[in-house]
Amino acid sequence: MAEPILRTEGLTKRFGGLVAVSDVSLDLQVGEVHVVIGPNGAGKSTLTNLLSGDLPPSAGRVVLEGRDIAGLSSDQISRMGVGRSYQKTNIFLPFTVFENARLAAQSRTPHAMRVFGRAEAYAEINARASAALDAAGLGHRAGRVAATLSHGEQRQLEIAMCLATQPRVLLLDEPLAGMGPHESQRMVELIKKLTADHAIMLIEHDMDAVFAVAHRLTVMVNGEVLESGTPEQVRASPAVQAAYLGGEEMLHG
Amino acid sequence: MNSGALSRWLPWVVVGLFALFPMLESTFYTQLVTKVLIMAIFAMSLDLLVGYTGLVSFGHAAYFGLAGYALALMGPKYEAASLWWTLPASLGICVVFALVTGLLVLRTRGIYFIMVTLAFAQMLFFVFHDTKLGGGSDGIYIYAKPTMNLGETVLVNLEKLDQFYWLVLFFTAATYFLLRRILGSSFGRALVGIKVNEHRMRALGFPVFRYQLASFALGGALGGLSGYLAAVQFGFVNPEILSWHQSGMVLMMVILGGMGTLHGAVIGAFAFVLLQEVLSNQAWFGIAAKHWQLAMGILIMLVALYMPQGLAGLMNGFRRKPQAEAEEGADG
Amino acid sequence: MDLAFILIQLLNGLQYGMLLFLVSSGLTLVFGIMGIINLAHGSFYMVGAYLAWSLASMTGNLATAIAIAIPLTVVLGMALEKLLFRQLYTRDHLYQVLLTYGLILVFEELRSIIWGDDVHGVAVPALLSASIPLTDNLSYPVYRLAISGVCLLLAFALYVLIQKTRLGMMIRAGASNRDMVQSLGIDIKFIYTLVFAMGVALAAFAGMINAPLSSVTPNMGSHVLIICFVVVVIGGIGSVKGAMAASLMIGLAETFGTVLVPEVAGMIVYVLMAIVLVWRPEGLFGRK
Repeated sequence: MAEPILRTEGLTKRFGGLVAVSDVSLDLQVGEVHVVIGPNGAGKSTLTNLLSGDLPPSAGRVVLEGRDIAGLSSDQISRMGVGRSYQKTNIFLPFTVFENARLAAQSRTPHAMRVFGRAEAYAEINARASAALDAAGLGHRAGRVAATLSHGEQRQLEIAMCLATQPRVLLLDEPLAGMGPHESQRMVELIKKLTADHAIMLIEHDMDAVFAVAHRLTVMVNGEVLESGTPEQVRASPAVQAAYLGGEEMLHG
Repeated sequence: MNSGALSRWLPWVVVGLFALFPMLESTFYTQLVTKVLIMAIFAMSLDLLVGYTGLVSFGHAAYFGLAGYALALMGPKYEAASLWWTLPASLGICVVFALVTGLLVLRTRGIYFIMVTLAFAQMLFFVFHDTKLGGGSDGIYIYAKPTMNLGETVLVNLEKLDQFYWLVLFFTAATYFLLRRILGSSFGRALVGIKVNEHRMRALGFPVFRYQLASFALGGALGGLSGYLAAVQFGFVNPEILSWHQSGMVLMMVILGGMGTLHGAVIGAFAFVLLQEVLSNQAWFGIAAKHWQLAMGILIMLVALYMPQGLAGLMNGFRRKPQAEAEEGADG
Repeated sequence: MDLAFILIQLLNGLQYGMLLFLVSSGLTLVFGIMGIINLAHGSFYMVGAYLAWSLASMTGNLATAIAIAIPLTVVLGMALEKLLFRQLYTRDHLYQVLLTYGLILVFEELRSIIWGDDVHGVAVPALLSASIPLTDNLSYPVYRLAISGVCLLLAFALYVLIQKTRLGMMIRAGASNRDMVQSLGIDIKFIYTLVFAMGVALAAFAGMINAPLSSVTPNMGSHVLIICFVVVVIGGIGSVKGAMAASLMIGLAETFGTVLVPEVAGMIVYVLMAIVLVWRPEGLFGRK
């Protein structure tokens, strides 16, 4: 088995007396989609926040390519190649779609602090922004103001911004939420395509999508890992079956 | 007319028209418009923070006063100091103050930020008010205006009203074009991004703090520029120029004009100073002129309640649809 | 410096701190519960002092003056909340700053029109005008002790109100979760009006009882306001406990500062604030 690009050891997050994430160890590898599922409140989003640096862990390690990044700020972690999308759409509503992607692309270059040249004057940043929009299927909306996009399109923009930062690790928090069937299908295709050269952690409720893309599956309940393994192993797990009564509730989680 | 061409040429036309103003040869109006232009620099420097970086500073008078005091204290007492070194030195002091206080205040957000910026400005107020350093509450006179000489030749004579006016106009225009340039750059776009969604900027990998600090320092330096020029114009400094009323006033100018649009800050400065002149005009308002601040206070409240976009927003309202307005931030 | 002198400064510092608490407790509650930054809060202190002065000169008795003035300030508070501040709850802090800045100008000019711009003094009530001798040439005025006592009583009453009563439970819940309170069927608007009026009355009352100790002057509100901002920042927004701790801290620091290092006394509180902010940006008792 190849060396994982990112792994956690005993990752724990407490809020006062509440343990939101408890002793979670998992790893992500380039070429694999690692899906995390579980009912609402299982700690999936908190886990994402711990990996991206939005929250500092209470205990445990997050190791990115051999380096412990637990406790670093989110901008540092982002610059080290970990990109994330948010469950609640988190974009620049007053800006155009292109400007959203352009800002994301700009964050990766030494031009970012440049004070004089016009922001649009850098061809490679523009190219990267356009490529990210095309990949997410938003190329035709580049000139629109983000606030005027449909909900599904805003979700796509969320992913496009994440891609424009050229991450190697992608943390996708419910990217399909609120998307129509056509857009969902497109997003599943995109995730499959990205798998080749990214390590992806996907949090998702849509079980069809989950089993379409998952190489590995981790089930979380009450902040703890209930089961982890290949989709077949997890499906066959007595613990998971006991907890979910044949997986029906997982769908409605 | 194409609005892109309009926004490119209009500022130059306006500057050109202003350059002709001293031809009217009215001492009163030349001085008044000089004051307005200085306030316009002050307002633009705050607009950079409030309107573009999302930092609602309520202590911006600190820089205005600090630069004024720097000029008053650095020069020889009865002789003229050279602008060539007193101006950069005054701005440098403002930048240092902005960087030091910025390290603290930028750790706070929202209401805290407003109050902490205010508190640091107050601290400075008491430094000059309570100690002998700056002449206490009476302040200090600046007996001779700074010189701008090149070798033996007098480049600009600041004692002459119209020459000083042109110099101030030059600085106002320079501030406007400099800020416009910066706000259109990668750096400026990042600032606006921080204003709109700081959290997302951080997740995208922007070192938000460094950007805010840079903006804070630039805003401080330009605020200092206006304070320096004001000290030159009035010939004295006292603690009132860094009081929180001064900070409130410049915030009012920014919002009255329309924040997040540089020309709005200029319009706001004009509207505010002229309003002040009109309301306190005894010939027009008689005894009520004595209490002009009452009318001003009510007006400020009305602006806060019913005109959140300011005068510039009012003008945009005629020309643009609301959707286009949302694009403003990305337009730069 | 002998013991009696230190004792006097200590008492003065505590008394000043208690007074600051009266003003800042309202400020911090309005911040914490309504999310409003109110620059005009210092004006209520000023209004209280002027009311005390003018009513005392009319009735010849400070106690009567205060008894008349308190209901007036409660009404003022309720009217301001219903007519003005209610419109600000959902607005950006920027506009709150602007509106309340305008309100200060209005208050100052109205004060100038109604009461003029002169400095006034209010006599200490005869009943409390005595002094307690400490040493041969040092004594401590009873009036200062009395107002410290009154402030303490009020602070205790506020504590009981907030911690022990049903109303206090609603206020606390309102500070932490507005929607939850509404879903419990509690009239949040009523609570807002009440808390605001209480804040106004407390600040005004502070102005009234302090009138005999410091003269009644124009702009007296702005100095108190800024100091109370510092109190709120140090104590943590919305925390009455924090306001108490910070008030006493600042009261003592400023009192001893004025005596020991008069040149830099004005700055001490701000330095104190800077230190606290480096250590805990959310204030001593603030929530992250």
